[in-house]
Amino acid sequence: MKKVMQMFITVVIAALGLMYLTFVLNSQQGYSGGNTLTVYNWGDYIDPELITKFQQETGIKIIYQTFDSNEAMLTKIAQGGTSFDVAIPSDYAISKMKEQGLLIPLDHCKIPNLKYIDPRFLDLPFDENNEYSAPYFWGTLGIIYNPEILEGMEFTSWNDLWDERLRNEILLYDSAREVIGMGLNSLHYSLNDTDIDHLMEAKRKLDALSPNIKAIVGDEVKMLLANEEAAIGVVWSGDASEIIGANDKLDYVIPDEGTNIWFDNIVIPAGAKNVEGAHLFINFMLDPENAAQNTEYVGYSTPNMKALEYLPEEITGDVRFYPGSDITDKFELYENLGKKMTAYYNELFLEFKMHRK
Amino acid sequence: MERLSSIYLVGVFIVLYAPIFYLVYYSFNSAGTMYSFEGFTFDWYREVFCDTRLFIILLNTIVIALLSSAISTVIGVLGALAITRVKTKRFRNALLTLNNVMIVSPDVIIGASFLVLFTMIGINLGFGSVLISHIAFSVPIVVLMVLPNLEEMSPTLIDAAQDLGASRWDVLTRVVIPYISPGIFAGFFMALTYSLDDFAVTFFVTGGGFSTLSVEIYSLARRGISLTINALSTLIFLVTLLLVLGYYIISKQGAKPGKAGVRE
Amino acid sequence: MKRCAMQGRTRNIYLIPYMLWIVLFVVAPIALIMYYSMFNIDGAWSLENYRRFFTPVYLSMTLRSFWYAILITGFALLIAYPTAYLLTKTEHKQLWLMLIILPSWINLLLKVYAFIGILGFYGPINSFLRIIGIGSRQILFTGFSFIFVAVYIFIPYMILPVFNALEELNPSLVDAARDLGASPWATFRRVIFPLTVSGVKAGCRAVFIPALSLFMITRLIAGNRVITLGTAIEQHFLVTQDWGMGSTIAVFLIIAMGLTMIMTENGKLVK
Repeated sequence: MKKVMQMFITVVIAALGLMYLTFVLNSQQGYSGGNTLTVYNWGDYIDPELITKFQQETGIKIIYQTFDSNEAMLTKIAQGGTSFDVAIPSDYAISKMKEQGLLIPLDHCKIPNLKYIDPRFLDLPFDENNEYSAPYFWGTLGIIYNPEILEGMEFTSWNDLWDERLRNEILLYDSAREVIGMGLNSLHYSLNDTDIDHLMEAKRKLDALSPNIKAIVGDEVKMLLANEEAAIGVVWSGDASEIIGANDKLDYVIPDEGTNIWFDNIVIPAGAKNVEGAHLFINFMLDPENAAQNTEYVGYSTPNMKALEYLPEEITGDVRFYPGSDITDKFELYENLGKKMTAYYNELFLEFKMHRK
Repeated sequence: MERLSSIYLVGVFIVLYAPIFYLVYYSFNSAGTMYSFEGFTFDWYREVFCDTRLFIILLNTIVIALLSSAISTVIGVLGALAITRVKTKRFRNALLTLNNVMIVSPDVIIGASFLVLFTMIGINLGFGSVLISHIAFSVPIVVLMVLPNLEEMSPTLIDAAQDLGASRWDVLTRVVIPYISPGIFAGFFMALTYSLDDFAVTFFVTGGGFSTLSVEIYSLARRGISLTINALSTLIFLVTLLLVLGYYIISKQGAKPGKAGVRE
Repeated sequence: MKRCAMQGRTRNIYLIPYMLWIVLFVVAPIALIMYYSMFNIDGAWSLENYRRFFTPVYLSMTLRSFWYAILITGFALLIAYPTAYLLTKTEHKQLWLMLIILPSWINLLLKVYAFIGILGFYGPINSFLRIIGIGSRQILFTGFSFIFVAVYIFIPYMILPVFNALEELNPSLVDAARDLGASPWATFRRVIFPLTVSGVKAGCRAVFIPALSLFMITRLIAGNRVITLGTAIEQHFLVTQDWGMGSTIAVFLIIAMGLTMIMTENGKLVK
């Protein structure tokens, strides 16, 4: 009993001591003060120096929380219980949040820097007139491959993936829309197709791809490709630029048939406590110099046209990551398919995953 | 036979520590990734000490782990005691099944249902909700670890103590608990593991800027885990190692003769 | 067995905090889960989810989850038991035990990432295989690597209860058996193992039950070559936002767990 009690008391005292330390540190940082802004973002998706800069310029303290998937973030915001002033979801999540009334409209008078955004990226179907969101980063879905391992192979179309020489070589994302969308695109259908016949056709085609697939993975795909664990993968452009940064033997290409174009935008969720501060933050991130700094840190493509002037030529001239409008016109945004169709897509994807044996 | 046993144990330890050493090795990598070692650097360690937010998160994690494990151990021990005193087999089975529901449920479900529960009751998400949730999911494993010891305990021990005039409290604190203390410690350490590792539940029930190390690490996955985390984990590992060694050396100095029946 | 009148009251007091916990955090969420499982994706009251579960996709997934969980538990036991046994023979057993648990406190995702590196094509294992002439093998994304990493994660859960049970074992019983002429194997089979079986059972439960709902390493290590019920649940809860179907699968997991409990019941009450 004595031993148990000793342990118990040590533990509780240690915990209380650390709690006190946390409290001290928190107040030092100014977290318990009133003027705060809670930012809900993907992990490591903003230059920490910009946070410091914002705090210095405005005197507002930023409380930073992170999430790892749109759906998880959505669930948190929808349930309530805690408030966020600013969040950075992806396009399809934004349209869902709009539907569920989870967003506060933006006051465009307070974010004049919106004018610096490339008009291609404004007024998009998931948020017309940018009523609720401002673009943060954007990108595409494409094929990244290792030309050294895959000597002489060219990739211009999704159908090139079905080549027999790629047996057990391909990495795919564990995400229904990306994989099924790829199947649909390869058949020249829209990746928002809801026609059951087309979907079944795509599924059959994907089943034929199974022998070529090495694994269906998540974010670790970057590590795997840079490590040359696999020779080819279907990834987002943001990941591709990181992988290439780590291993410059690899190359990224966008297939001719077209592909998905995605956006991560800044929104103000309902229940935000500091709406004024939120607008200040959004305008701050849209400032061309800040956007350029952020782009250099994060490595994804910025939608901010003026920011391009502050970035080196080698980044902005890279058509793989900054394709012109002639190419982007062919791209499709993910439409919100509605719950039933989304469930159907997921069932198909689950069957596809189980089919690979 | 002796040689074989040593080799086997060494082998097990090597496998257990292989990933840890891998992480430690790359925490010195100047290339910033976990696959190609370029050069040796202390940069990541420097970053750990500069990042106050990360430090606060680390403290949060430890506080939650220690407190939730301690409290859940208490509840778990009481629960195990309660279960063994139940007379009917059916009720016992039912309790045990209920006890294990949380161990079998995927974290997502636990997290989501707790979130719904908390918001229904109207609790503000933050330190409190995370602590309660951690206590909640640690209790079952404490029960599981303590039960075998309780069941093995011969009831004649209790009878003997009572015959010698021990009160209820004495029986509990001076007979039962010492007997099951290995189970209690096992339960406590398992609860620590559950709490330190938890991501999904914490993610769903946290709020107000409160975050733990797991939540941060999992959120970094999309962008790539910075080697600062490697450095931090190495430091955590070293500190825990020192604590374990230190605790062991201290307890050995106040050594008592071994338990009856265990050969020295 | 005589019982003091006081025993009744004692039991009531013990039960209170525990029952409170059960009601709040087990019964309430289960009720919630069962409630959600009755709603199909449109939000209408229906048993459609249950119908969907009894289709080949989900049933084979269930069988596969069970099979893998059994394998993982079996291997964990196979490796943990000798380890625990050898530990009890060492001088600083408490220290070694702590050192075995220590790695489990390092974040899981980090360890899995480390395994991706270690088991990778260009990782240390394959380098070793190349050196000794076997040549590189595809270790990652196989059932083998999945079970290996799963066993790695669950080893402490199995070692602790088995170790505790072995510690309780009276060594004079082993001596007696040997004196009476029993071979080491017979001693193990008829003395040591039966007397430690409660620890083995506790360990098996602590491993088998969570192994049923593994999902993270199905993706990270097995590259989704292995699909468990946990995978499907996570998909439904998060991606599809079909809490109904996710809850239904959870209901079946709970039922499966209940059956496992009943089948491995100790049967011993406090005498």
